[in-house]
Order: sequence, then structure tokens, then C-alpha cells
Amino acid sequence: MSAQTPDVAIRLDQLTKQYPGGARPAVDSLDLTIPKGELVALVGPSGCGKTTTLKMINRLVEPTGGTVWIDGTDARTLPAHELRRGIGYVIQQAGLFPHRTVAANIGTVPALLGWKKDRIAARVDELAELLDLDPTLLRRYPAALSGGQQQRVGVARALAADPPILLMDEPYSAVDPIVRARLQDELLSIQRRLQKTIVLVTHDIDEAIKLANRIAILNVGGILEQVGTPEEMLRAPANDFVADFLGDDRGIKRLSLITVDDVPLREGPVVEATDSPDHARAVMSENGVDWVGVRADGRLLGWVGEADLNGDPTVGDVEAKPFLATFRPGMSLKAALDGIVTSQTRVAVVVEDDDRYRGMLTVDDLAEGITASGPGEA
Amino acid sequence: MLFATEPLVRWKWVGDHLDEIWQDLIEHIQLTAIAVGIGFAISLVLAIVSIRYRWTYGPIGAFCAVLYAIPSLALFALLIPIVGLGVVPAEIALVGYTLLILLRNMVAGFDGVPPEVREAADGMGYEGWRRGLRVDLPLALPAIIAGLRIATVTTVGLVTVAALVGTGGLGALINDGLDRGDFPTPVVVGSVLSIALAIVLDVMFVLIERFATPWRRRQRPDTVINPDEPVGAAAAADVAGGELAGAGAGVASGG
Amino acid sequence: MWDYLGTDAAWHGENGLPALLWAHLKLSFASLLIAALIALPPAIVLGHIKKGALLAISVVNIGRAIPSFAIIVLLLPFSLKWGFGLGFWPTLVALVLLAIPPIFTNTYTGVRDVPPDAVEAAQGMGMQATGLMRKVELPVALPLILTGLRVSAVQIIATATLGAKVGYRCLGTPIVAGISRADKGPLLAAAILVAALALLTDGVFAQTQKVMVPWRASRTRPHDNPEAEGTS
Repeated sequence: MSAQTPDVAIRLDQLTKQYPGGARPAVDSLDLTIPKGELVALVGPSGCGKTTTLKMINRLVEPTGGTVWIDGTDARTLPAHELRRGIGYVIQQAGLFPHRTVAANIGTVPALLGWKKDRIAARVDELAELLDLDPTLLRRYPAALSGGQQQRVGVARALAADPPILLMDEPYSAVDPIVRARLQDELLSIQRRLQKTIVLVTHDIDEAIKLANRIAILNVGGILEQVGTPEEMLRAPANDFVADFLGDDRGIKRLSLITVDDVPLREGPVVEATDSPDHARAVMSENGVDWVGVRADGRLLGWVGEADLNGDPTVGDVEAKPFLATFRPGMSLKAALDGIVTSQTRVAVVVEDDDRYRGMLTVDDLAEGITASGPGEA
Repeated sequence: MLFATEPLVRWKWVGDHLDEIWQDLIEHIQLTAIAVGIGFAISLVLAIVSIRYRWTYGPIGAFCAVLYAIPSLALFALLIPIVGLGVVPAEIALVGYTLLILLRNMVAGFDGVPPEVREAADGMGYEGWRRGLRVDLPLALPAIIAGLRIATVTTVGLVTVAALVGTGGLGALINDGLDRGDFPTPVVVGSVLSIALAIVLDVMFVLIERFATPWRRRQRPDTVINPDEPVGAAAAADVAGGELAGAGAGVASGG
Repeated sequence: MWDYLGTDAAWHGENGLPALLWAHLKLSFASLLIAALIALPPAIVLGHIKKGALLAISVVNIGRAIPSFAIIVLLLPFSLKWGFGLGFWPTLVALVLLAIPPIFTNTYTGVRDVPPDAVEAAQGMGMQATGLMRKVELPVALPLILTGLRVSAVQIIATATLGAKVGYRCLGTPIVAGISRADKGPLLAAAILVAALALLTDGVFAQTQKVMVPWRASRTRPHDNPEAEGTS
């Protein structure tokens, strides 16, 4: 296989790491391709060698066999420290230098590369904006920052010299779930802007599904069990190990990858506010439910149950109850499912950003949505 | 003995002998500086060896500890038949006494650098020596300075005793006074000055440490003994100082 | 020196090595005992109620900075004025003063740094202050308390030799006298003896620590974990 494909950022070629005295290699002849501009997640149980593999890319761990090709070149041709100055590196505890200000931390690699002071300063400001860091933090020392802020600084620092590749080793494991979710969203947004090649090690399969373009699942000893898009893997796990690792809620996990925009919506039992109660009752029996949605000027006011219709002239005279599960474009089917099972009406309602009614979804619609994107394994 | 009836300080005598007193003070400082200076250089080498080859730290440390435990007067005395009287045996012993403190603190300082900071530095492209200089050293500095502080203050006390084997310094002032036995003034002046010198140097090092480590300003190491922070290396050295330097001020200066 | 050791004077009489050694030991032991009696109770109490960190640090800083020779000689005029005479008393007071800081600070830190979980667990089992102190805090603090005593003991033995300069007849006497003499015999013998005594004391305390505190691998560092372990 040629290593010269322009779209391949990193290629791991029979990569092996055998520690002296170890019974088996920590990583055994791993072949893996990481395309340019993609975020590839390395996931697996402890001992699968995912961190070791990551560290062999920037040679913090030297391989005992095989080659790491970076943009077509053997990673060993450069002195290790020069190689690393061209690769961003983010670790779990951030590892910020306590004795330097935040700004100096961020500017570390540019300084190592010999950039001029004003260029570094400008770049630091740029990154502070990108990473949503309050500029007043720049002159402070890391000890004054919260965990989440420190992680952001860590990412800013990694991106400072604008490396094409970013290596991340469990970057969000040490922060609490709320902060973690925010940081993950920020990473996605940064990636949309910058299109870096990112290799992310995590033990959290949900994080991998959320963030990665491609997931590589490793088994103990660095054995690659499967690599593919999250959607592919959830739909068709290659073997029992992968299926177990993905969890027994694969179907629901797949729902988190599909949005309400991707599935056909049904009109559902909806009447205009000006309609009569009799019309409403007819619609109810047509659809086999005991409620109707009420619409006025294209917007949904809510729903009324059969028991609420008491001889008012129009449906609009009855006080409508709001739909519990209301969703905007871009929200996931998983969220829609959660809404459906917790609501009285058992539907998720989809509206536009300006609240105009688009349609609704039932549980059956969701199931249709999943199977429509490809048959899953039983 | 006339000591009993004389006033503690005969100020006229002080006035008359200001030059001599000043001379003794200068000598005292010089002797201290030489000992700490040479001790620092040797300890640095020992520390580098101990860090690079961990297995040597035990034996080296043990040797320094034994040296440290020997009462200073005894050590001075034992060196006399070998190198004679005067500055040489004194400095040899004085240097020996600084080793334990400086070595321990240098190694503790280095060990106190958080491993993730080292990993991040390597990962970003710092090559070995540069990382040592720009990352490990600054972070080890609080502990190293604390070590210098303890060593210096301890040495001041020891130099006082060294006068008994023929060096100059404030100890000579004390000693002459004792030997003369007719009035306490030189004894008092010498003692008070040596105490003052030690305190001044102690404070000076505290200020140096504050100045050299601006990133620690938000903490006050004097009131916080937190063993989980690398800062604690210095604060720990303060308390460990109770272990080491308590031994120092006494053993060594006691001698 | 060997000639000296062969003489009668070396072994008998008030200037003989045994007599000097005994005087040295008497003084050292008394000083250590008094210093411990003075320093231990407040240190334990303060450590228990977790107050007084500033005091502990200051005490050790000051104690460190005071040259012990200076203290001994400074006390001499006062001792004479108040009729306590030469030799024993000024030296004793000086030794006690110098021994207090290590005992105090190490004991304070040892008691204070008993893991709070252990204390809470004991309280949960129904222990109260005195029982708690006896059964939990003191045993756990023992390594550091012993360290403080050890440091002070070695320091006392060393400093006691200086007592010779103010008239106390101990192992320091032949040393001080011998500096300006041609016959270095007594000087060497006494110096070796006091050095051996100091090292022996250090070793005995170290062994005691190992025996009484078998669960700690004879570490005397007050803090086992100076490194931060990251936020994970």
C-alpha cells in the first residue's frame, strides 16, 4: 500500500511495541490509516495499547517494530523534539507549566520555533478567542484557573503553532460531566473551523461516538478489532467483542447520530384553532388517539384532550396544553425518543426555529428512521 | 569570675573596637559564603548523579547523613591532625555539613516536578537538556532555595564554633571574651551579632525565594504545610528542616 | 592517641574518659527529658485541635537560626549573676532551648497530619478526645514524634560538647583543651568518642523507629508524597 496518498495524514504500518520482559507486545503489528482532516478515536479496554499507540505517533514511546508514516514521511527521519513541535499534544491533566503565565504557556511552541514576540502575542489572542478564554486569564498563572479552563488552555497550547495534527490522550476524563460536555461541543466546533487531523484516545465509547468521524476499537495487545464510522460500527459490529464494547443499547446510540431533519415527519392529528370540536373529534377517531394538536397561523398552540372538549364553539376556545416534547431542527432522535416516552401524547413535535409547525414523530416513526438508514443486525 | 559583676555591654569598649568587630563580622560572612558556595557546587554534582542514577541516592545520602550527625567540634578536632589548625579543617567540615541539606532539597525539588508537566513538555518538543533548564529547574527552585537558606543559616552557627579551632569570625570574638574572663562584652556582642546575622540571612533567603518564584505568590508557604503540593517541597523542607536543620542548627553548630 | 589510651589518666579520675562520658550523658539525657516535657504536651494539643501552624513554623525557623554556641555563652553572664554558676546550668538551659523546636514542630506536624479519615472512623466508633488521642493519633504520629526526639537527641549530644567552653566538664573538655596543645591524644580520643556517641544515638533512635513503627519503612521524611498527582 502506497504511503503517498495525499489524503492520508498518518499511517501506522505494522506498528509494534514490545516492552522488555513483557509476555506479549503492548501493541502488535497494528495497521491503521488516519485520513486528513478527520477525528479518529482510539478506544478500547485497559491494556489495549491505545495510549501507547498514540505516543508512538509523536515518539514519546519509540516503536520496536513497524513504521509511523506522517504525511508520507517516516516519523523517524526527524529528531524527536522537532517532530513533536509540529504535532499538537493534549493530555488528561493538561500539564500546564505552573511557573509560566497562561499566555506564556500557550506561546510555548511558537517560542521554541523562534517566532517573533508580536507574532506570538497575536496568535495567543487569536487562540484565546477560538477557545473562548477570557483575555484577563492570559496574564495569570495556571493555578488560578478551573479544571475546564486549564483544559482549554491545554488545547490552545497544542494548536498554537498551527500543527496539522493534534494528539489527545483522554483529554476530558478528569473533568466533571457538565464541563466535559461543553468542552466536547467546543472541540466539535473548533474542528468544523480548522479541519485538523485529530487522534483522540478515550475509554468512553459515547465520547468517541459523539466526536469521531471514525472509530478504531482496539483489543488487548493493540489488536484492531474494527475501524469505521460510528454509524457503521453501531449498525454492524464486526464481532462479539466490538458489540459488547459498544454496549447493549446500540440502537439507541444510533439514534443519537440521526437528527430530526433526517427522517420523514408525519402531519399527525392536528386541527386549526378555528375548527369545531366535532371536527376535532373526527380527526381523533381517524387517528386512533384521544387528543389533537391545535394550530394557529402555522404555529402549534398545544394539544387538547377529548375530555376537554365541552361544547365550546371552536377548538381554539379550549385552553391548549403545551407539548412536552418539542424539538427544533438539528436535535437528535435520541432526545426525541426521550421526549416521546415521557410525554402524555407519546409524540415528539418538531418545529422550525421560528416555531412554525413541521410535523411530529411517534415511536414507530423512529424505528423506521433507524432501519431506513440501513438494516441493523439483530 | 568578673563576668558576674560587669555590665553586659560596655559600650565604650564596643566603640573602641568597632573595626575589630566589623572585621570579625566580615570574616564570618566570608567563611559562611565559601562553605555554602563549595557545598552547593558539590551537592549539585551529587544531586545530578543521584537523579540520573537513582540507586546511588541511598548510599550518597547515607554518607552525607553520617557526616552530618558528627558533632562539629569533634569533626573540626579530628581534622586538625590531618590538616592543621585554621581555616582549612574548618572549611572542610563546614562544606561537609551543608551537603546533606542541599542534596536532599535538590533531589526533593526535582522529584516535586509534576510528571504530567514533564510529559507535556516532552510532548511539545522540548529536548532533554532544554526541558531540564526551562521546566525542571524553575520548578525545583523553591526547594533548592529553601535548602540554601537552611544550609546558610546552619553554617553561620557552625562558623561560630569553628573559631575554636583557629578561624576568625564572630566566634573568635566570643572565644577571646571567654578566655579573658574579665568582662562579658565581647561575648555578648559576638553572640548577638551571630544571631542577628543568621536571622538577616534567613529573611534574605525568604525574600529571594518570593522574588524568584512569582507563580507561588498566591500561597503563603509559611502558613500552609500541604504535603500534596509541589510547593510543599519547600514548605516540607521547612518542616523537614525541623528534621534536618533542627539537627543542623544544633548538631552542627553545637558540635 | 593510642599512647594516651594506654595511660592511667585516660581511664580514671575526674578527667578520665568514663567520667567525662558519664557527665556528657547525664547532661544530654536531662536536657532531652526536660525539653520533651516542655515541648510535647502543647505540640500534641495544638496538633489535635489543628491550630498554630504559624507558631510551629516560626519556632523551627527561629530555632534553626540561633547558633547554639551563642546561646550557651549568652546565658553565662546571667547564670553567674543569678548564682547558678558556670558549667552545668547555662549549658542545660541552652540545650533545652535548642531541643524544643525540633520536638515541638515534628510532634505538632505528626499529630496534625494524622489522616482525617482515620480520626473520623474512630469517632464514628465512639471514641472521644483522650481515647482518640491515645489510640489513634499518637500511634499514627509516632514516626514524626520519634524523628523530632531523634533530631533533638543528636543535637543535644553535639552541643553539649560546647558546654566545655563555659566550664562544664564533659567530652568537650579534652577537645577544647587539646586544640592548642601538642599532645593531641586526649583530643582525638574524646572527639572520636563523642562522634561515636552521636552516631550511636542516631542509630538507636532509627532502630527504635523501625521497631515501634513497623508499618512505615523507616522513612523519616515527614511527607511521603510531595508530588501532586494530577487532577484525575
